[in-house]
Amino acid sequence: MPEKFDVIVVGAGPAGTSCAYQCAKNGLKVLQIERGEYPGAKNVMGGVLYKQQLEEIIPEFWKEAPIERPIVEQRMWLLDEESAMTLGFKGRAWANEASYNNFTILRAKFDQWFARKAQELGVTLINETVVEECLVENGKVIGVRTDRPEGEVLADVVVLADGVNSLLAKQLGFHQDIEPAQVALTVMEVLKLPAETINERFNIEDGQGCTIEMFGDSTKGHLGTAFLYTNKESLNIGVGATLSSIVKEKIKPYELLEYVKNHPIVKPLIQGAEEAEYLAHLIPEGGYHAIPKLVGDGVIVAGDAAQLVNGIHREGSNMAMKSGSYAAEAILLAKQKGRFTEEVLAIYREKVYESFIGQDLKKYKDATETLENHPQYLKEYIPMMNRAARAFFTVDGTSKREKQKGIFNMFMERGKIRTVQDMYRAWKVMK
Amino acid sequence: MEGDEIMTKATIEEKQYLVRFKADKESHLKITDQSICLENCPDKPCTYFCPGEVYKFEGNRIQVGYEGCHECGSCRIGCPQNNIEWKYPKGGHGVIFQLA
Ligand SMILES: Cc1cc2nc3c(=O)[nH]c(=O)nc-3n(C[C@H](O)[C@H](O)[C@H](O)COP(=O)(O)OP(=O)(O)OC[C@H]3O[C@@H](n4cnc5c(N)ncnc54)[C@H](O)[C@@H]3O)c2cc1C
Ligand code: SF4
Ligand code: SF4
Repeated sequence: MPEKFDVIVVGAGPAGTSCAYQCAKNGLKVLQIERGEYPGAKNVMGGVLYKQQLEEIIPEFWKEAPIERPIVEQRMWLLDEESAMTLGFKGRAWANEASYNNFTILRAKFDQWFARKAQELGVTLINETVVEECLVENGKVIGVRTDRPEGEVLADVVVLADGVNSLLAKQLGFHQDIEPAQVALTVMEVLKLPAETINERFNIEDGQGCTIEMFGDSTKGHLGTAFLYTNKESLNIGVGATLSSIVKEKIKPYELLEYVKNHPIVKPLIQGAEEAEYLAHLIPEGGYHAIPKLVGDGVIVAGDAAQLVNGIHREGSNMAMKSGSYAAEAILLAKQKGRFTEEVLAIYREKVYESFIGQDLKKYKDATETLENHPQYLKEYIPMMNRAARAFFTVDGTSKREKQKGIFNMFMERGKIRTVQDMYRAWKVMK
Repeated sequence: MEGDEIMTKATIEEKQYLVRFKADKESHLKITDQSICLENCPDKPCTYFCPGEVYKFEGNRIQVGYEGCHECGSCRIGCPQNNIEWKYPKGGHGVIFQLA
C-alpha cells in the first residue's frame, strides 16, 4: 500500500512552498515533491520579490531571508538606438525597514530558504523527483506517480504548483496547449561586480537597490522588455519577448541579450562585470484569458501553473505566493468538512478571481494582445518620443513654442487619425 | 569607444559553459518525425529560438544536444509542427541553476 498524506504539493517554488508551509502550520501532513537537485535549481526570476505576500506568511522575513538589496529606486527607460527617455522614482522611505517596498533576491538561495522554513514546520520535502502523473480514480485525483521505484503516493488533495509548463494540469485536461503568444521567452545573465562599483554606478549605498525596466530598442522594438537589477555583488540583466515574436522575427535570444548588454545607454553600467551564469525560462503572459481550470476533485492548480502572472508589471512570485495561501485555506476548509470535492475546493477559485490577482489580470486582459497586434507602440512611438525629448531638451535657439509645434507635427505625421486611435487604444487597455 | 566589446562571453558556447548541467544518459527530448523537419518546416525555428542552441540542422536531420537544455519549454510550445516529444529529465538531472 502506498503511503498516504493529507496534502501532496508538486513543486517547491513560491506557490508550492507557500501552500505547503501554511498547510503544515495548521497541522496537516504534507509531502512536497521537487524535481530539481534543490528548490530553486530549475527556477529563474529577474529578482524582484514584493514584500506584502510573504510578510503575511512570515512576518519580518527580511531579517532572516537571503535578500540581496531592498529596492529604493525604480527606473523605467524608453530606449531608442542611441538614447533613452527616463522616468523613475526614488524613495528614501523604501530604505527604512519599517517601510520596505520590495527586494531583489536570487532564487537558488531564496527557494531553498523558504522550503527549509516549511520543513521546520513538518513538511516532508523530497528533491530530485519528477511527478510523472496524477493518479485519478473515478474522476478524482487521489495521489501521484513519481519517477522513483514504487513511486506512488496518495493524498486527499494534490496541489499542482509545477510552474509555467504544468504538464500535470495538461494531463488532467485543465488547459489546452499553450500558444506561443501566451509566453515570453526570457534569457538572463548574472554579472559579477564589486558592491562599491554597483553603489557608485547606480548612485546607491550598501543595503539599497535599484531596478531598471527597459522598453523599446531593448527588444529591437519587438513585444517584450529588458531589465537590469542590482544584487549585493552582482547584477541580473535579462531580456524577453513573446515566443511568437521571437519565432516570427527569427531572433536568437542570446544575441538579443548581447544587443542589450552592448546598448550604449546600458553598457556603462555593466562595463567590466564578469558573466557568472546564463539562464533561460518562460514567463506565462497569457493573462486572464489563459487561466486554466483551477480546481477539480482532489486537486488545485496554483502559481505559474495557473498562469497567474501580471506581465505588464512583472508580478509573478507574489501572485504565486498568494495563490498558494488561498490553496491552503481551501484545503483547511475541505479538511474540516471532510470532503475534498471540486465543490468544496471551489472557494479557492473564487478567492483567486476576487483578489488583486483576478482583478489585475482582468484589468490588463487585452494589453499583451494589443501590443502584439499593434507593434507601432514599441517600434514607432518610443523612437518618436526619444526624438521629441531630444528636440525639447536641446538648446538651439528655437523657441519652446516652436519646438512643441514641431513635436506635435512629428506625431501627427503618422496621420492624425491613426495617432489618436493608437492613443485611445493604449488608454483603453491600460486604464 | 567604437567597437570595444566589453563583455567577453558573447557566444552561445561561452554562455553555456557558465551553466551547470547534470546530463542524463538518455535524452528527454525527441524529434517525433525527422522527415517533417526536412520536408515541412522550411524555417526550422527550433534552431534559432532555443536559448541553449540545443537543436542543430546537420546532415539533413535535426541533431538534439539535450545535455545543454534549460528545460524552458519553448520548443514544446514553439515547434510549429508539434514535432517534439518533450518531458522533464529524470529527477535531479538536467540544468542546475546556482546563482540567480
Ligand atoms: C526571467 C524572469 C524574470 C521574472 N521576474 C520576476 C520579478 O522580478 N518579480 C516577480 O514577482 N516575478 C518574476 N518572474 C515570475 C516568477 O518567477 C514566477 O511567477 C514564479 O516563480 C512562479 O512561482 P511558482 O511557484 O508558481 O513556479 P516556479 O517558481 O516555476 O516553481 C515550480 C517548481 O515546480 C517544480 N516542478 C515542475 N514540474 C514538476 C514535476 N512534474 N515534478 C516535480 N517538480 C516539478 C520545478 O522544478 C519548480 O521548482 C520572472 C520570471 C522569469 C522567468
Ligand atoms: S521546429 Fe519542429 S518541425 Fe521544425 S525543424 Fe524544429 S523540431 Fe523539426
Ligand atoms: S526546453 Fe528550451 S532550452 Fe530545452 S531544448 Fe527546448 S527550447 Fe531549448
